[in-house]
Amino acid sequence: MTKAFVSGNEAFAQGIRLARPAVVSAYPITPQTVVVERLSEMVADGELDSNFIHVESEHSAMSCAIGASAAGVRVFTATSSQGLLYMAECLPYAAGGRFPIVMMNADRSVALPWNIYGDQSDSLSQISSGWIQFYAMNAQEALDMAIMSYRIAEDHRVSTPFMVNLDGFNLTHTYENVDVPDQEQVDSFLPPYSTTNKIDLEKPVNMGFTAGPAYNVLFKMSEHMGMLNARDVVPPVEDEFMRIFGRRYSGMVEGHLLEDAELVIVTLGCVSGLCMDVADRLREDGVKAGVLRIRYMRPFPDREVQSALLNAKAVCVLEKDVSFGNAGVVFSEIKSALYGSGCSCAICNRIAGLGGRDISFDDILAIFEELENRPTDVGFIGGSAS
Amino acid sequence: MSGPNARTITGDEYFYGHKACAGCGGALAVRIALKVLGKNAVAVLPAGCMSAVGFNFPNLCFANNAIISTFAGTASMMTGIEAGLKARGLSDYTVVGFAGDGGTADIGLQALSGCIDRNDDVIYICYDNEAYMNTGTQKSSLTPFGASTTTTPAGSVVRGNIREKKNLLEIVAAHGIPYAATASIGYLDDYMMKVKKASLIKGTKFIHVLAPCPTGWGAQTDMTVELAKKAVDTGLWRLAEYENGEFRLNRDITDPDGIRGYLRSQKRFAHLTDEDISHIVESRDARWGRSLP
Repeated sequence: MTKAFVSGNEAFAQGIRLARPAVVSAYPITPQTVVVERLSEMVADGELDSNFIHVESEHSAMSCAIGASAAGVRVFTATSSQGLLYMAECLPYAAGGRFPIVMMNADRSVALPWNIYGDQSDSLSQISSGWIQFYAMNAQEALDMAIMSYRIAEDHRVSTPFMVNLDGFNLTHTYENVDVPDQEQVDSFLPPYSTTNKIDLEKPVNMGFTAGPAYNVLFKMSEHMGMLNARDVVPPVEDEFMRIFGRRYSGMVEGHLLEDAELVIVTLGCVSGLCMDVADRLREDGVKAGVLRIRYMRPFPDREVQSALLNAKAVCVLEKDVSFGNAGVVFSEIKSALYGSGCSCAICNRIAGLGGRDISFDDILAIFEELENRPTDVGFIGGSAS
Repeated sequence: MSGPNARTITGDEYFYGHKACAGCGGALAVRIALKVLGKNAVAVLPAGCMSAVGFNFPNLCFANNAIISTFAGTASMMTGIEAGLKARGLSDYTVVGFAGDGGTADIGLQALSGCIDRNDDVIYICYDNEAYMNTGTQKSSLTPFGASTTTTPAGSVVRGNIREKKNLLEIVAAHGIPYAATASIGYLDDYMMKVKKASLIKGTKFIHVLAPCPTGWGAQTDMTVELAKKAVDTGLWRLAEYENGEFRLNRDITDPDGIRGYLRSQKRFAHLTDEDISHIVESRDARWGRSLP
């Protein structure tokens, strides 16, 4: 293990280097560029034995990744925002083909208006695409997930592509100290990719086929079950990760001070850390504040959410996206999970951080103060220009 | 070079039991190319006629490895497969794509350009039936002038397609591709020779094969090969190659006066006036750089 002071993008690139993908297909887009630049340097310097393919679009980045995965090798790609949407056709394609591709997405605002800064509108618009969706909180977790994602995605019970989301700039471009594992450690944790779902010259296969009304449901159900199986695969993978690397992760969600919390912010991504700091501060004043961080949006941690919020009095879902004409995507999912769960909390939605707008300590403090009044509305933070 | 021919070609079938229309030229183009390339061909076909007729689970019609790509993603998926198989240490295989005219010259052109730019070691075959036939004959950029399609109908004001067929061979050649050719299923020896030749060259290879569609062209189903011959004989379609930076014509016009007969045997051209036909003849002459009787 070595220490490194790196950005989130660079930490992720280090994790991918250690995971040894045979093929990397990449197209540049801000704020993802650094991760593919670092990977191309590693290939150029011989630190990573991988075929780095300069595709001509994000659609081709994913189409190429699907081809490489169908050929039976481990593959990586990365994108963001407009790029994610441009490749959107290929997302359910990869998932339906059960190709365990890992992709980093630098969470970024979606045009119009044009904006290169971070929010989660891009990835949250794709939660039904059949991809496992993970939201990282810091650079160390991003690095570790670059490695763990392959273990989970490639597990034969899962065989599902995996999207690791890093908040654009706030995480991709923020420098932090990280532990970079040794290659031998990673090799003992992550075996080479092995699958029967591949092109085979001895026993040819027809892949990516059509399934009409008679068979379609079977394939879709199987895809759904594979994704759900990830919920059972994550805990033992994290246990093994702990044994080898000494870092403990908390499964589908992470609870902070939830044992007796009455006022809870549910959120995801790197703003979670700030929310936890604010909750700590409020505890000093005797306010029973807590934070529930959603680590996986897919498969959705409904049981974990239900038990985590069972005794909460008021909950705010804080997220960086809006499903126009309704509410935040995460809010709708949390609310749906709580229906019939026995939770009697009031629940509101605060949409914040759009287009990279800062979410401050005071903003979060204000949310916790508001929760005393048990609001149930959907509101924006920063709706007036300033 | 002496290429494969009717006597030497394998009796093995790799694309068999599909549900293509009677007289399908595209199915013949795929079947023959796979016979030339053999069992280690890894075929990529985008959404389109050939994937629609060959991949209906559980009726899967390819005896070699085959996969459907996204409509726009034929070439990029080929790139990924080639890279993946190479990474597995394999070498005795040929990655081959079969995409239609719309899948190649319209929605797939960006991915094809990227593939040629990277010089990925694959063979891309465009089977050209001159419209989006799988969806019911809509105009593509390879639909010829005058043709009536369901989106360029022969109306009283606009008489069919008003644009000329895109020159795909020159577009591809402009990338500096190692090998590109045009072919016709009317001249199978020539087509088979080109597929064989392509399989022996490193880098990206492109073959544009004319493959008539009786359903979309409004022709008799036993006329497919005849039409594919006539298009070449009249000079409306050229058999050519691009290699080492140079173009070469493989066959001269043998039936300069046959254009009217070629057009009149297809319903898609039934509405053409004498003036329209003269325009088609003049365009042919301009493309060949000479005036023919």
